[in-house]
Amino acid sequence: MASLAEELRAAVGAANVLTAREACVAFECDGLTAYRHVPDVVVLPGNAAEVQAVMSICHRLRVPVVARGAGTGLSGGSLPVAGAVLLVLARLNQILELAPRRRLARVQPGVTNLSISKACAEHGLFYAPDPSSQIACSIGGNVAENSGGVHCLKYGITLHNILEIQIVTAAGEFLVLGSEMGEAPGYALTALLTGSEGMLGIIVEVTVKLLPRPESVELVVGAFDDIGACARVVGDIISAGIIPAGLEMMDGAAICAADAFAKCGYPTAAQALLLCEIDGGDADVTHQLERVMSIMREAGAVYLRVAADASEQLRMWSGRKAAFPAVGRLAPDYYCMDGTIPRRRLPEVLHRISGLSEEFALPIANVFHAGDGNLHPLIMFDAGKPDELRRAEECGNRILELCVAVGGTVTGEHGVGVEKLGPMCTQFGSGELEMFHAVKRAFDPHALLNPGKAVPTLARCADYGALRVHGGQMPFEHLPRF
Amino acid sequence: MERDATAELTARVQAAAAARTPLQLCGSGSKAFYGRPLRGEPLMLQDHTGVVDYDPQELVLTARAGTPLAHIEARLAECGQHLPFEPPHFGPAATLGGMIACGLAGPARASAGPVRDYVLGVRILTGAGQVLNFGGRVMKNVAGYDVTRLMVGALGTLGVLLEVSLKVLPRAPGQLTLTFALSGAQAIARMNDWARTPLPVTGTCWVDGRLYVRLQGSPAALAQARRIGGEELNAAEAFWTSVKEHTHPFFDGAGTLWRLTVPSASAVFDVPGRTLMEWTGAQRWLVPDAARADLHAHSVRAGGFATRFRDAEPSGEVFAALPAALMRVHHELKKTFDPYAILNLGRLYADL
Repeated sequence: MASLAEELRAAVGAANVLTAREACVAFECDGLTAYRHVPDVVVLPGNAAEVQAVMSICHRLRVPVVARGAGTGLSGGSLPVAGAVLLVLARLNQILELAPRRRLARVQPGVTNLSISKACAEHGLFYAPDPSSQIACSIGGNVAENSGGVHCLKYGITLHNILEIQIVTAAGEFLVLGSEMGEAPGYALTALLTGSEGMLGIIVEVTVKLLPRPESVELVVGAFDDIGACARVVGDIISAGIIPAGLEMMDGAAICAADAFAKCGYPTAAQALLLCEIDGGDADVTHQLERVMSIMREAGAVYLRVAADASEQLRMWSGRKAAFPAVGRLAPDYYCMDGTIPRRRLPEVLHRISGLSEEFALPIANVFHAGDGNLHPLIMFDAGKPDELRRAEECGNRILELCVAVGGTVTGEHGVGVEKLGPMCTQFGSGELEMFHAVKRAFDPHALLNPGKAVPTLARCADYGALRVHGGQMPFEHLPRF
Repeated sequence: MERDATAELTARVQAAAAARTPLQLCGSGSKAFYGRPLRGEPLMLQDHTGVVDYDPQELVLTARAGTPLAHIEARLAECGQHLPFEPPHFGPAATLGGMIACGLAGPARASAGPVRDYVLGVRILTGAGQVLNFGGRVMKNVAGYDVTRLMVGALGTLGVLLEVSLKVLPRAPGQLTLTFALSGAQAIARMNDWARTPLPVTGTCWVDGRLYVRLQGSPAALAQARRIGGEELNAAEAFWTSVKEHTHPFFDGAGTLWRLTVPSASAVFDVPGRTLMEWTGAQRWLVPDAARADLHAHSVRAGGFATRFRDAEPSGEVFAALPAALMRVHHELKKTFDPYAILNLGRLYADL
């Protein structure tokens, strides 16, 4: 790769091209640490023009490119690929324009999610999507993964909160998709690029929508002896015409783990806990809060509490937000699933997950974005024990197959990356998968962008199907450790 | 009322693909005026109808694309829900498929978001006659490329819509419309000021020297919102319907109707003619006095784009020109979904 590295150094400066193994090793994985590969070349451009220069060089030399933001992704979307350049967008970290009157911000892809809300707070505005990694994750990565967060039901996912994106194509061409009005003539390409996992183009600028901060926020926490009763409350709240800002559910195992970790005062004897955050104008919030409390009471809540003030709200949220690390203390390893299901199937799905937990002899805690049906079962295991990793992955795949069987999807917000290529074969037929590959070719005919990710080949699906038939004995090249 | 015509439609498209016969996709024809003039054999889609699944608690409705929009809205209203983007019908028999293909939204667009934001899944028939499913019936789904939303506003050039799943929402418990006598410039300033506050504004319209603002929420929230002043409008529902459906007197009469989409705080356009503004100022309807006025240049200068929305004598391009590199991507996608170029060829752009 000598001549490639020389050309890249000429394009972005010698200091911004890394080839030494000890420097490149820092970029060997993203948040899915089970999969690692030390990149041969890491390039860190400083602006969109340099990204364009890098892409032109790689296109001419037919060298694949993997884009990476902050590396917090959970599905291996920015896992380096052998023979590919790793394009790190972290240096493109400027807020280019903050326009409170137009209620938007134009930012470079390396800007962190939280820093946008911080920058516009003084104007009474905020950027709504709040993935749990918001302190570190970058907006470019959020767009690439179409990230969610706990406030999706009311405020939508990333797609609903971006107006325009600017990309550099595999051939080094510059395209503007959408506009500050959130629409543009021609096909809805902003939507197509959002969540495309670095397969269709490199995001070099994003215009995000800023919303006025709500006047009032209330948090009510209810606990139940029966998980089915809790699930029904979710439907009852929505049937009452209320769309909470956040509606999060935890099962008994998750409640205990979270409370032990965060000391947040959850009722640990309960079988299910519901956190319901309501925001909006003062009058609407008061009215809706009363309604939610009476719904919870009628459903037989064994515990019901409204956070007294902002600090108590934070404390009550802290258990939910710490649920993953809390479960992490109960077992040496855990494997986080991300399926989405129609909400009405929740009691049945939880029951079947509990059956799978018994079948595979692995404990599972459930954390659930109840409002929008996004389930995060956390499968606990010990990768140090010979068979547990295989069982955990097999159990995870069975859960995702269950999500598809009840009319859901294998990934609600974490993306496919390298992790869910197998389960994608369950969700889509060969016609849809072929169409995905064709869409990719429309943007990237030489398959240079993030090769091998996001969409499985038909050959891989044939293997996956065949392996599933033969008792689920999937071979694993790597030993995941989460 | 309920009919699955997938088999017949598939056979028709496959035959057309084999013979390279251009097809003209026809719902009720309510929006036939929109886009470039079309040739081809009609492919009637109105008989593919029926709500397939609707559970109010899930906030998701799935229906066949020929289902009348009025029927869907009535089903939703029975359960206190609605399509938050207020799609215009432009005719009594407007269909779900036409709503998605045209991607047009009504007065609530500025607060609720565009049609695209509410589409969760589609079943389509490609130009090769293949039935494919994308997206799903759940709120959050990032598996595979978002082909679902690519269909919104594609004017049927990428596929025949067979079935669509939509996110729906509860209707607000009450609404109130206040009006103010203001110049266009004053109205633009006022609308943009409100948009920066938590005031529950769900519609704005300036026409004939008067600004109309619609607020929605609980009775208590509406009582609070009255602090912004103005006069209360009676028969407000009829007013907003007339703006949405273009039955307001502004839309009567001769001349070409242009739709300009511009940054919301853009100054009033200095074009002799009539103007109606919506969406905090981001959507402006203009009927220029000069018959052959070209508003593309005006909107580009403001950072937006223009659409020749309705024209008594359709001619030339309807939608703003795309840069060459972007147009190439459009052609590649067209080839991907419609390899024989038979679906609504040329309705969006020539040869697309």
